[in-house]
Amino acid sequence: MVDLKVNLGTIQLKNPVMTASGTFGYGTEYADFMDVSRIGGIVVKGTTLRDRQGNAYPRMAETPSGMLNAVGLQNKGVDYFVNHIYPEIKDVNTSIFVNVSGSTIEDYIETAAKINELDKIPGIELNISCPNVKEGGMAFGTSCPSAAQVVKAVRKVYSKELMVKLSPNVTSISEIAKAVEAEGADSVSLINTLLGMAIDADKRKPILSTVTGGLSGPAVKPVALCMVWQVAKSVKIPVVGMGGIMNARDAIEFLLAGASAVQIGTANFIDPTVSVKVLEGIETYLLQHNFSSVNEIIGALEI
Amino acid sequence: MLDLVVKENKSLNNQYFILILTAVDKLPEMLPGQFAEVRVDDSPTTFLRRPISINFVDYEKNELWLLVQIVGDGTQKLSQLKTGDSVNLIFPLGNTFTIPENKKANLLLIGGGVGIAPMLFLGSYLNDLGYSCNFLLGGRTASNLLQLDDFSRFGNVYTTTEDGSHGEKGFVTQHSILNKQNFDAIYTCGPTPMMKAVAAYAQKNNVFCEVSLENTMACGFGACLCCVTDTTDGHLCVCTEGPVFNITKLKW
Ligand SMILES: Cc1cc2nc3c(=O)[nH]c(=O)nc-3n(C[C@H](O)[C@H](O)[C@H](O)COP(=O)(O)OP(=O)(O)OC[C@H]3O[C@@H](n4cnc5c(N)ncnc54)[C@H](O)[C@@H]3O)c2cc1C
Ligand SMILES: Cc1cc2nc3c(=O)[nH]c(=O)nc-3n(C[C@H](O)[C@H](O)[C@H](O)COP(=O)(O)O)c2cc1C
Ligand code: FES
Repeated sequence: MVDLKVNLGTIQLKNPVMTASGTFGYGTEYADFMDVSRIGGIVVKGTTLRDRQGNAYPRMAETPSGMLNAVGLQNKGVDYFVNHIYPEIKDVNTSIFVNVSGSTIEDYIETAAKINELDKIPGIELNISCPNVKEGGMAFGTSCPSAAQVVKAVRKVYSKELMVKLSPNVTSISEIAKAVEAEGADSVSLINTLLGMAIDADKRKPILSTVTGGLSGPAVKPVALCMVWQVAKSVKIPVVGMGGIMNARDAIEFLLAGASAVQIGTANFIDPTVSVKVLEGIETYLLQHNFSSVNEIIGALEI
Repeated sequence: MLDLVVKENKSLNNQYFILILTAVDKLPEMLPGQFAEVRVDDSPTTFLRRPISINFVDYEKNELWLLVQIVGDGTQKLSQLKTGDSVNLIFPLGNTFTIPENKKANLLLIGGGVGIAPMLFLGSYLNDLGYSCNFLLGGRTASNLLQLDDFSRFGNVYTTTEDGSHGEKGFVTQHSILNKQNFDAIYTCGPTPMMKAVAAYAQKNNVFCEVSLENTMACGFGACLCCVTDTTDGHLCVCTEGPVFNITKLKW
């Protein structure tokens, strides 16, 4: 038996495999395919203070080894989550995180405070990195002062695990990570999608309704791996790594680079059971290499 | 998610083929309008699964048919599958058409291009339930009209081609049957301009009408929210709330 438990700041996950926000719905969408309680953690859809219809369509463009999305945080708002979705998912035996987004600092504070009341939600993932909404979103996550400001404000009203999701669309992601750590973030997760674009040459028009969108999938993996490695070296709080993970080997690379846990996003669309396969693959790897705990490979990259 | 086996890959012409799939176990129940998300293996340029409508189901022979038009690398790769090859599908996905209670209802099923795919399954399903169907199928030219023999097993077949090479010349919405008969329900799938023209006809004549939409899909099962269409209830996912929508609900 190998020990798969990992520590994420204030909480412990039963294993390091999580699913990424916006790609796993509320988990219920995957119940037909697998036992979702096997996963270490689920980060549910981006949640905002008020109902959002999201962007116009087309919202998706396939790209070489990846995809661009321009969903734009479509969700029914935090009250709907609290009253209708939370009761449905609260008894799933895994750690459920709510991805919190906003256009203003007040939005973030109010939404986080409402989630703080929910017993069975051990943490939030503060999304200061969504490239698909005009106001707010990524704007908060691309400068150290604004990232620090929103984390500081939310920290005052949110007492549980505060994970902050970082944007790769910055000059130095380590600097942003240090800024949010200083304001009391318990962990950081990265990367959110990379700003990208697709053009239909025949129509001479952009493919996405919003012109630009967020790139995810294997195409971003080398970038994500590098950023996780850089951030893990610069902060003391745990790092959750993601970006293009398709299989266990990809996930292990992130752990070696210094991630305490990983999130799987786009890969869920191609194989809805991939997260369980990644988990099993990590276990096999640990056994084959005679490790007794997954913690032995976190940050174990030899340079 | 299931691995199916290719029983036969029937090329209809250089643009279209029918994949006849089977499984070791009994195929699950499927409904007309539903689709499958097909994984395309060994194509470096095809990353996501491809949504393809269920074209026909034969539960006795344990067969599932997909009618596919070759438009890019993914469908090209699928066209090269051989008998005995395995294909991974997530299915059945999406909703189905609304069937009227009155078995005497005069039903019209309109298909354009590869949009005829779900119409064959709908026709066979209605036929099994004891309804009689009329099919109105349109294409650019005669070689775009597919599976006519299969359709004729389940009802009357009317055709139009833009060049007049088969049936009446023009678009489906110009076919004389629309002036000669009154219909109780119209079901349609095809290019968006065609579906909009059919919807306009239905609205004008106060006929119940459902359309089967396409959209850009990343997952096909309600997880990504990439496939929305604008409706009177706001943005709804075509993959889970559709692909079949009543025209009165759509804002297009
Ligand atoms: C619910 C649903 C059901 C469908 N049912 C069928 C079916 O039964 N048979 C069938 O042949 N196709 C069907 N399609 C369309 C099919 O999914 C696409 O043609 C296919 O994904 C194209 O893949 P590709 O890799 O060959 O082409 P790509 O390389 O992805 O695209 C090649 C070219 O085709 C165009 N194209 C891509 N997707 C579509 C699309 N959805 N509609 C129109 N043009 C497109 C692109 O703009 C591009 O120029 C369906 C789509 C949906 C959403
Ligand atoms: C369709 C889609 C929707 C997403 N929605 C959100 C979201 O609401 N909040 C968020 O923080 N990240 C969102 N993301 C980003 C992912 O959580 C993840 O950071 C990114 O996709 C990189 O991981 P991947 O390559 O494994 O997908 C979304 C990604 C996709 C593809
Ligand atoms: S394609 Fe993912 S929600 Fe419809």
